Amino acid sequence: MTDVLDPPVAAEVHDPAHEEHHGPTGFLKWITTTDHKVIGMSYTVTAVIMMVIGGAFAEIIRVQLSAPNNSLVSFAQYNELFTMHGSVMIYLFAGPFAFGALANIIVPIQIGAPDMAFPRLNALSYWLYLTGSITVLSGFFVAGGAASFGWVAYAPLSNSINTPGAGADLWIGGLLLTGFSAIFTGVNLCATIFYLRAPGMTMFRMPIFTWNMLVTAILILLAFPVLTAGLIMLYCDRHFGTHIFSVPGGGVPVLWQHIFWFWGHPEVYILALPFFGMVTEIIPVFSRKPVFGYKGMVFATMTIGALSLGVWAHHMFTTGVVLLPFFSIMSLLIAVPTGIKMFNWIGTMWRGEIWFSTAMLMAIGFLFTFLVGGITGIYLASPPLDFFTHDTYFVVAHFHSIVMALVLGAMGGLYYWGPKMTGYLLNETIGKVQFWFLFIGTQVFTLPGYLLGLRGMPRRVPVYPLHPSWQFLNQLSTVGAIMIGISTVAFMVNIVYSWKKYPAGDNPWDGHTLEWFTTSPPPHHNFYRLPRIRSERPTWDYNHPDHAAAEHGHHDKNPVA
Amino acid sequence: MKVEAWILLSLGSFFGLTAAVYWFWGHENAGGVMIFAAMLLCFVPGSYYYWWSRRMRARPEDDPNATQAQGAGVVGAFPGTSIWPFTLGMGAFFVVLALVFGIWFLVPGLGLVVWALFGGTAEGRRGGTQ
Repeated sequence: MTDVLDPPVAAEVHDPAHEEHHGPTGFLKWITTTDHKVIGMSYTVTAVIMMVIGGAFAEIIRVQLSAPNNSLVSFAQYNELFTMHGSVMIYLFAGPFAFGALANIIVPIQIGAPDMAFPRLNALSYWLYLTGSITVLSGFFVAGGAASFGWVAYAPLSNSINTPGAGADLWIGGLLLTGFSAIFTGVNLCATIFYLRAPGMTMFRMPIFTWNMLVTAILILLAFPVLTAGLIMLYCDRHFGTHIFSVPGGGVPVLWQHIFWFWGHPEVYILALPFFGMVTEIIPVFSRKPVFGYKGMVFATMTIGALSLGVWAHHMFTTGVVLLPFFSIMSLLIAVPTGIKMFNWIGTMWRGEIWFSTAMLMAIGFLFTFLVGGITGIYLASPPLDFFTHDTYFVVAHFHSIVMALVLGAMGGLYYWGPKMTGYLLNETIGKVQFWFLFIGTQVFTLPGYLLGLRGMPRRVPVYPLHPSWQFLNQLSTVGAIMIGISTVAFMVNIVYSWKKYPAGDNPWDGHTLEWFTTSPPPHHNFYRLPRIRSERPTWDYNHPDHAAAEHGHHDKNPVA
Repeated sequence: MKVEAWILLSLGSFFGLTAAVYWFWGHENAGGVMIFAAMLLCFVPGSYYYWWSRRMRARPEDDPNATQAQGAGVVGAFPGTSIWPFTLGMGAFFVVLALVFGIWFLVPGLGLVVWALFGGTAEGRRGGTQ
């Protein structure tokens, strides 16, 4: 075994006297740290708080809709609630949770790096994210209330005449801050993956999660500057008298939609790809098999990234000024790489020795829910069907199937990597209760929406007339939303109940990738020593020398049996 | 380094193809320009990586048979704790508040930004606090 454990890298990077690391503690540590693990934990906590806030808005919306002509909130409050629900969930929870929280912690460890490439830039990303989130949410405390033009801020509804007040400006300003935060994280991830891999960690030995984060980071760099530019144009229209999006001054309102969705559709994949990656890490570990079709997964990820920039106007079919066949074909093509991924996930589980841990259940729940959302997405890529269902609850149900699948993936990621991040496991029994509430709740919440949409219920309406079938389906949907709320409470209960109760050890799941080779939580600069890297599963190879992998395609098909 | 280059170059080529098809079929300027810019954003670093990959020896992380000993040595300078990202972030926060609540917020905002730029640069030159 002498040559398997090569001399340590971390100790060379950083002399052992510093491993004790007598840095500041408490509040001072929080505001001065440049350690990617501490920043990632700050991101995780902030993003989960945002999820709870956005979820609370959703519960109020669902309770308002549980009866016809309900009056729990006023129309103006309802507009603020659905705007801020969408904004908080998309801008402040899903994205930052993926690339700020889990990727920030896990990607450097998975490739054997001591830290992110630009640690101080990484810290700046967090501060911009936190202040941006505070800015967006503080809209509730100014006269006129928070932004109320929907999370897409379509012109001319978002101009200074139709939506006056500081809430809308705070929304624009906050998104500028979080936009820059995302761009800096994208730069950091690209540089880390290109320049800080451990010896022997070639590109085609990187874990799929790291591959997905690389493509996500490239998409961030392509998409987010467009949103930032658009927001500055919107601000100029509101305050400096420009007429970029206003018809009376010669502007073009649809230009806002082009700019917004040129960011917005890649953003869908910026949100989805990290969670695809998490699921692709979880399924092989709990199936006791290497991932099926590694290169196919990489190819599918790259293809999704490439196609995602050519599909934006499928959100704009009903404007009547976009090239329908082009965007329809491009959108339908995305089903091909996504199908490859589905096939490979099932192929990985096929004949595996499956361990139904909470993380694995969440990953399987992700597959099911994402399939429902993905297939209805194929309907919506067809212009005739889109004309019929645009701006109805069919669309709402479609993207809620997708994003709830991402929430299942996120929870799977937290149960899977939480022990690495904190050193302690979460309780599996409470975890399974949480899973079943979340999974069943998601289906009960989204599936009635498809029927509501087909029966003509428009989205973003605070009240609807007395109509027996609409009322029943809305009530069913509300029950589902409350079940999802209960699952979130179960998660909080689990954190409190399991607090420092179940020490995890270095490798609780018999994991495959490098993060399971170091301690939980990892030391300052991550590694005391590194194994020899000869496949995409270096930790497994080290722990199971009898079943050590050769190159791709030559794995033992059933290594445990 | 070659794989990194090919990832960006192949993405860029696909965006170039999409931009050409969309430009001549769609007759809509904003989207065409944005995909064209996306192509450039892939080609500029991608061609640099490609140019550089042909002039450098394979790094240990590009060598499938590398041992950990080949990666020994200093991989880079990693600063220890630093207050300047926080200072810069708060400066940016105040600059954004100036967009909403009044121009006077620029005074603390730009003040913190400039202070952080000088402080961070000086700290970087010292090699971080370690």
